[in-house]
Amino acid sequence: MADKVLMKGNEAIAEAAIVAGCRHYFGYPITPQTEIAAYMAKRMPKIGGCFLQAESEIAAINMVYGVASCGKRVMTSSSSPGISLKGEGLSYLAGADLPALVVNVQRGGPGLGGIQPSQSDYFQATKGGAHGDFHMVVFAPASVQEMADLTVHGFDVADKYRVTSMILADGTMGQMMEPVSLDLEVKPMPEKPWATVGTKLERFHNITNSLSLVPEELEQLNFKRFERYAEIEKNEVMYEEYMMEDAEICIAAFGIASRVAKNAIVEARAQGIKVGLIRPITLWPFPKAPFLKATEKVHSFISVELSMGQMIEDVRLATECRRPVTLVNRAGGMIPTPEQILEAIKTAHKNGGAK
Amino acid sequence: MKYKRITLLSGHYGSGKTNIAVNMAFELKKLTDNVVVADMDIVNPYFRTKDSQKEFEEAGIKLIASAFAGSNVDLPSLPQEMYALTDDKSSHAILDIGGDERGALVLGRYASQIKEENNYEMLFVFNACRPLTPDADSALEVMREIEWAGKIPFTGIINNSNIGEETTPEIVLSSLEKANELSEKAGIPLVMTSVHSKIFPSLENKIPNLFPLKLQNKIM
Repeated sequence: MADKVLMKGNEAIAEAAIVAGCRHYFGYPITPQTEIAAYMAKRMPKIGGCFLQAESEIAAINMVYGVASCGKRVMTSSSSPGISLKGEGLSYLAGADLPALVVNVQRGGPGLGGIQPSQSDYFQATKGGAHGDFHMVVFAPASVQEMADLTVHGFDVADKYRVTSMILADGTMGQMMEPVSLDLEVKPMPEKPWATVGTKLERFHNITNSLSLVPEELEQLNFKRFERYAEIEKNEVMYEEYMMEDAEICIAAFGIASRVAKNAIVEARAQGIKVGLIRPITLWPFPKAPFLKATEKVHSFISVELSMGQMIEDVRLATECRRPVTLVNRAGGMIPTPEQILEAIKTAHKNGGAK
Repeated sequence: MKYKRITLLSGHYGSGKTNIAVNMAFELKKLTDNVVVADMDIVNPYFRTKDSQKEFEEAGIKLIASAFAGSNVDLPSLPQEMYALTDDKSSHAILDIGGDERGALVLGRYASQIKEENNYEMLFVFNACRPLTPDADSALEVMREIEWAGKIPFTGIINNSNIGEETTPEIVLSSLEKANELSEKAGIPLVMTSVHSKIFPSLENKIPNLFPLKLQNKIM
């Protein structure tokens, strides 16, 4: 039989988490990510792991806090409205410097919204996710294989820096089926001397806590945390460049939008327009450097998004507004078409970078 | 394939039921006029038979699906028209059952009428490239769960082993052994092997009862 199996994106995340050594999953069903929970429900009991359907998303994220405190790899998953419910827990995880993996298979919003794909939780994911000064490392897969790869990598990064990694997918990525290799490279888990796993009467007991009532001390905790964030910004940026060598127009797109954009780029190139793509794979930290560098050769940027335009702000910041940035978007569960993107490319080509 | 009046397709979710149902309906339409497809998938709101509604209409194939499928109402319901499947004995029907035992639960409601008429095939769609059904034993487990939930025993197996666009003839050929083992263990025949029409020619003389899948669910 072939090395590859046919998997839904949601299943690939679940299996990759198991490969990465995650044996604790807590969740609550919500379309379009329910297959993650369903898969875990079938697999975990067979490998001595724990699947638990919590009474709510809030309960699930606090169970994640508990297992993360014990130094074990742990995850939860949900879709947009459910992630909002987890917000308080995400902030507590950050405040206690606990590593965890959280998956958001986004659907159209706001509110209960719909069940079709969306990227409109970009702000929520990349600009904190809840109250307080904190970041999650946010990964945006664009294939079922990347759903698996980035899940394993997400656990590594979370453990390395004691942060939450978030897989920010969308309904299409969760539901689509593609061949995937599960021959994934898993690095050894770092030591976790801070874990609350019993002292054996050999040391003072550990505490994981996000409450700190002395402002001088809380400030220092924030400073220290942001030193780690600076390290992440230095070391963990991921992106893909596609046909950028001679590009005069640059598309910015992540996840499913980048796949549509690639179709439009091939068509535009056939019509003689030199256009390329920078695809952020980490949304935080955002790949600022390649965008700034692109301003040297590119006269226009186009941000393609399944939202009312959120990443476009980071593109403008990264390019320091040196070139015009336009938006091609659909919202509420709709996906931009290659034709729609092609039209925007033609317009940018005609304008030649004039603001 | 010789069609009984009712053909039921069931299996692990993602095994390819919907794709086969759509292709079967078009083949059946060439053989008989009154063809009905029933989308009984109340589990998965993405990628379902109802997505082919326009093609069905053009071909004169009747589609029975929940009025809420693909709408803004996330309501797992079945329309009253579903009873026409068992009442109108002049029709030929393809039933696309939702994945796993949870999807098959809806079948229980129609099981006694279908069994009473006794002019049906209940086919298990097997894909050895799916992670939870990589071999005969795991597939057999899923079969038994579906039978328990749907109250209709399987009568045959469709081997639909594939990994999507990257499927090679070798992948299909190497799946045959597992499909035959499943057939033997379940005590029911392997009625066909379905493959993408792209690789159909290279397998035509090597696999008995090969069924080409001309229409594909497409994304991107």
